[in-house]
Amino acid sequence: MSDISLENALSTPTSRRRIRAFDAVVMTLLMLALWQAIGSWTKGVAVSPPLQTFVYLFGLLRTGMFWDHAAATLAAFLLAFGLSALIGLALGLIFGIRRFAGEVAEPMLAGFYTIPKVTLYPVVLLVFGLGMSAKVAFGVMHGLVPMTLFTLGAVRNLPPVLIRTAKVLRLSPGRTMLWILVPACLPDIVNGLRISFSLSLLGVLIGEMFSSQRGLGFLLVNGMAQHNVPLSTAVVTVIVVVAIAANTLMLRVGGRTARRPNP
Amino acid sequence: MSPPAVTEPSHVVLNEVVRRYEGPPAIHALGSIDLVLRRGEFFSVVGPSGCGKSTLLDVLCGLVRPTSGSVQFEGRELRGEVPDGIGVVFQEDSSMPWLSVRQNVAFGLRTSELSQKEITERVDHAVSFMGLAQFSGHYPAQLSGGMRQRVCIARTLVLRPRLILLDEPFGALDQQTRLLMGDELLRLWRETGATVMLITHALDEAAMLSDRVGVMSARPGRFIDMVETGWPRDRDSRIVSDATFGTVTARLWSSLRAESLKTMGRAA
Repeated sequence: MSDISLENALSTPTSRRRIRAFDAVVMTLLMLALWQAIGSWTKGVAVSPPLQTFVYLFGLLRTGMFWDHAAATLAAFLLAFGLSALIGLALGLIFGIRRFAGEVAEPMLAGFYTIPKVTLYPVVLLVFGLGMSAKVAFGVMHGLVPMTLFTLGAVRNLPPVLIRTAKVLRLSPGRTMLWILVPACLPDIVNGLRISFSLSLLGVLIGEMFSSQRGLGFLLVNGMAQHNVPLSTAVVTVIVVVAIAANTLMLRVGGRTARRPNP
Repeated sequence: MSPPAVTEPSHVVLNEVVRRYEGPPAIHALGSIDLVLRRGEFFSVVGPSGCGKSTLLDVLCGLVRPTSGSVQFEGRELRGEVPDGIGVVFQEDSSMPWLSVRQNVAFGLRTSELSQKEITERVDHAVSFMGLAQFSGHYPAQLSGGMRQRVCIARTLVLRPRLILLDEPFGALDQQTRLLMGDELLRLWRETGATVMLITHALDEAAMLSDRVGVMSARPGRFIDMVETGWPRDRDSRIVSDATFGTVTARLWSSLRAESLKTMGRAA
């Protein structure tokens, strides 16, 4: 019923908020210092230092070219993530409910999850050709499996007593799914979405790096090919900031849903 | 909630009920069981671990079909579906963690065709009856085990069941809380006039709460003794200090001891 932790025992709620803000500032400063150190150590050949990068990025954000590439990545990513989330949710529910199908599918999915997907990229290119569809397919290949596995695990771990309760309350299968299964699995589904988000983005960016002439992945590789280190560092910075912001948002949503289950 | 007149003698009738589970290994879990629950009585079932008490409850409420034999509730035979009028409280916590106490209690009425006003009245009554009014906005994670079980009982109560089945609902609670929850259960039973069947492993709980206690054998579970307690309807946990209480629990234990030893692989 109470949150007993060393952090809580050694602080009051007000001081805890201050400590967390302090920790966040210190961590950010440490990361910037590390970035600066690597930039100085490599003399700007591999990574440009933070200040130089932010100045370059400020100029880059005011160009139409950057936004064209960002829009291309965003479109491919949204499609890949949407497909991963929807198909993964559906497959996870099916494999979780149909126990035998789940027992057959789970080791295959887990095996596929561990394969470095980049080794399959030539096959993806041959099937989908160059362009948007290959990027989306590669994003889905990354994002689909974790979404499926998280949903499958959530359904499989659903307390049987909730299903018995649904039967006693004479709920139809549809209502059991909507009123019990989905809300009970929500914390795990949100975690699956979080992982799927990161991996879909990774898949799309890798796709753009290898076989595209549009998108942030292409811009990054192009910067490296032209030895425009500030450009490649600025693109990486944008990607990192967006990914951290999205991850933090989903962690907060996940935290809200996870706070409700029984301890 | 006015209790119905106690006129009809048999509310639930089990006729030669047997339940087997296909293997491997095949298990003969229950029976043959013949049992009549009288309308409005408080009946408890005690028996050694694994004797089929919970299977009996599942068969009785329609969650599980008997392999042979029949179960009749209010004169109608059950055919593998839970009929209207039966409420079940399970041993495990079955509160919905994502719903508040009030929403949990109202969950039982989501499919009902009652007016919103009637639903609100029933939920208000059940929440206050179970002493949860102060916690109606809390989530299960913020409640103790006993309070969560009260939420589950309240969710059953709003349905106004005519038969309430309880599968060791206080199994995870400490002794003091069990006694107090027993009092609340008796109050609920008196107010609703429902027939109650309680599955329990605690002999004192069965002896304290019941009009009649059925003692089951080791698996396959059969009734080997029926003990009428003879308590007045208006009773509470203070009955444990009654001189007859010891006699009832002693009778239950003498019936059960040999069966419990069997489950431990020892002779009586």
